[in-house]
Amino acid sequence: MSAASAEDRALIRDSARSFLADNATSADVRKWMATDLGYDREVWGRVAGELGWPAVPVPEDFGGLGLGLGETALLMEEMGSAVFCSPFLATVCLAGSVIALGASDAQKGEWLPAIAGGELTATLALTEKTGRVDAAAIQAEYKADGDSFILNGAKRFVVDGHSADLLIVAARQAGSSGENGIGLFAVPGDADGVARQALPTLDQTRRQADVQLGDVRVSRDALISEAGNGWPILSQVLDRGITALAAEQAGGARRILQMTVDYMQERVQFGRQIGSFQALKHRVADMMVKVESSLAAARNAADAADAGDADFPMLAAMAKAYCSDAYFFCAGESIQLHGGVGFTWEYDPHLFFKRARASASMLGDATYHRERIAVGLGL
Amino acid sequence: MTDVTDSPEDRAFREEARAWLTEQLEGPFAHVRFRGGPGEEEEEFEGRVEWEKAMGAAGWTGITWPKEYGGRAVPLSQQVIFYQEYARAGGPGRVGHIGEGLVAPTILAFGSEEQKQRFLPGIKNGTELWCQGYSEPAAGSDLANVQTRGRLEGDEWVVDGQKVWTSLAHNSDWCFVIAKTEPDAPRYKNLSFLLVKMDQPGVTVKPIVQLSGTSEFNEVFFDGARTPAENVVGGAGNGWKVAMGLLAFERGASTLGQQIGFESEFKEILAAARENGAANDPVMRQKLAQAWIELQLVRLNAVTNLAEGTTRPGLAAINKLCWATWHRNAGELAMEVMGADAELCAEPPYKLTRFQSRFLFSRSDTIYGGTNEIQRNIIAEQALGLPREPRPDAKGKN
Repeated sequence: MSAASAEDRALIRDSARSFLADNATSADVRKWMATDLGYDREVWGRVAGELGWPAVPVPEDFGGLGLGLGETALLMEEMGSAVFCSPFLATVCLAGSVIALGASDAQKGEWLPAIAGGELTATLALTEKTGRVDAAAIQAEYKADGDSFILNGAKRFVVDGHSADLLIVAARQAGSSGENGIGLFAVPGDADGVARQALPTLDQTRRQADVQLGDVRVSRDALISEAGNGWPILSQVLDRGITALAAEQAGGARRILQMTVDYMQERVQFGRQIGSFQALKHRVADMMVKVESSLAAARNAADAADAGDADFPMLAAMAKAYCSDAYFFCAGESIQLHGGVGFTWEYDPHLFFKRARASASMLGDATYHRERIAVGLGL
Repeated sequence: MTDVTDSPEDRAFREEARAWLTEQLEGPFAHVRFRGGPGEEEEEFEGRVEWEKAMGAAGWTGITWPKEYGGRAVPLSQQVIFYQEYARAGGPGRVGHIGEGLVAPTILAFGSEEQKQRFLPGIKNGTELWCQGYSEPAAGSDLANVQTRGRLEGDEWVVDGQKVWTSLAHNSDWCFVIAKTEPDAPRYKNLSFLLVKMDQPGVTVKPIVQLSGTSEFNEVFFDGARTPAENVVGGAGNGWKVAMGLLAFERGASTLGQQIGFESEFKEILAAARENGAANDPVMRQKLAQAWIELQLVRLNAVTNLAEGTTRPGLAAINKLCWATWHRNAGELAMEVMGADAELCAEPPYKLTRFQSRFLFSRSDTIYGGTNEIQRNIIAEQALGLPREPRPDAKGKN
């Protein structure tokens, strides 16, 4: 992976921003979030075909652009700004990342070009009833049976799990514990024994699903890396995934700050713009500090990943912990500073507030990642 | 900011700095190592004056200055490297900080050639120490409201008034004073930036006993103090512009060294938490991890400010707000880690422990150099474009 130049990054950012401004308005998001799929296939097709977003982190040998997490995170910032509904997180940042980091060349050849081209959607079926992302939370089991594996378990909170074409399932060998014995399996979403059900979610802009695995039989070709050796891959994928998600959170926080400032410029009470009251100015100033810090934390982690920095897991945990708190803070403040209209369905703050709440829990919450940092500090 | 990102030139510079600092601070200057940090300005003062001179003689002061004025003209990356190595080696609190970090860049930016020739060598060699005459009893956050007067009498300025919160005034040779010299001109056009010698009959220094029980800050009284007419930087009536330029230095590179020193302060807190078992408490682990996160953000925001601060308004204010708040919170966290022991002083009657001293002294971080509230005003008005505070005195009558 190579980092793009500053000029290339500016081009990627500008084109993403302009596409989303035209094609992911509040009205569009509200339309998509009311559908069963949760996003618009035609728009996703254009994102892949015209803009090449899912190709960004895919290696050039497999039909991608071979760019880094820095560029992927930059796109996530812009998508977060628009609370864009798309399968990008699940397909590209999670499942695509498992394949790129752990799969054989033959497997990559089968899946990555299709992901890069936007023809294949995928997701990572990792979490279960606890929603936790540590190894111990993986209770679904696999067992070898001749030339195939049989999977059993109940996955929950699977992002886009109801619709993804391909599921990357994390399961453990019966009797194993902790980080040992984890296996990763590529399972077609419509395989025999797979039962999927979209969950009604507080944040309607990104779908989550239950995925039941009842004696699902897959061939050896479905195994990614080696049986029992999946955790080292998963832990890297999770750090890359939380970095991308943190960038999305930072982008969302940046947008909600701007919306709030715009509102404070136009709303007049007591004969003054409410943005002229110091009690309110100081609150948006604090929002801006958190926005700038969020952007810095997420970009710093993404660049550390691309530079091969040994501190990357710490910096990723930092980005997710900080951005989760900051986004939720900013979205909450936005409702308050909008006053009564901030409480309505019609105005947009609630879309960001709910996305902030959902993404705060997703892939480990701030408390979880701070504890990882404490361990990393030798505490 | 890690070593792996150094260019070959930066790496050579780092090695040179590290070698010199280590040799000196483990050798002839071992007695000043780690001394005189924030809130401990009186520690080993004489030793630190000698240290300042030794640094100057070896070419480690004014390293960013142009070579013609005795500097090394190093890029910002190497200034940062020097701060890092200085902190790592346990370099003492700099008694020449105000001269090197504030006065010199101001004179380089706004001063005359004669002023550069006259004042830069003393700063560089550590032979002339400086203090800052900004705040007054009636001009704190509202700095433009200074009441100290300067009037030209023949070829001298005569200065009358009072400054406050002047750190190291009793040890300084010179003071830069913002004084009202054009009483009929409107606000922001009525001030001058004067350089005044401290050792003269018209200058009286009175220490302020702070809540820490120590006296790093002073009141300075000017009662007919005199300075030659040419000791005005940037010209008479341009004092506000010069003062704001200086504040930009204060909020930019100048405090970076202190912020880099926060790393070692944080490590002391971690060590204390490990030592007394606080690190086993899950809530304390969360707080320590959060402090580490915010410390990284202090650094990242400082880097952003240095890179983009001149083009994006508000970044300097964000930087100041972040580091000041971090330091104050770290002061509280250290006390919390210490638990009941936090209450016990080092020695009777009131000699403070290092943690107590930082805990108390860091209350000033969110006040001086523009309070947190002033920084928030700057962010809201200059970065976010919200309307300015209404000013009753906007017509300049004050």
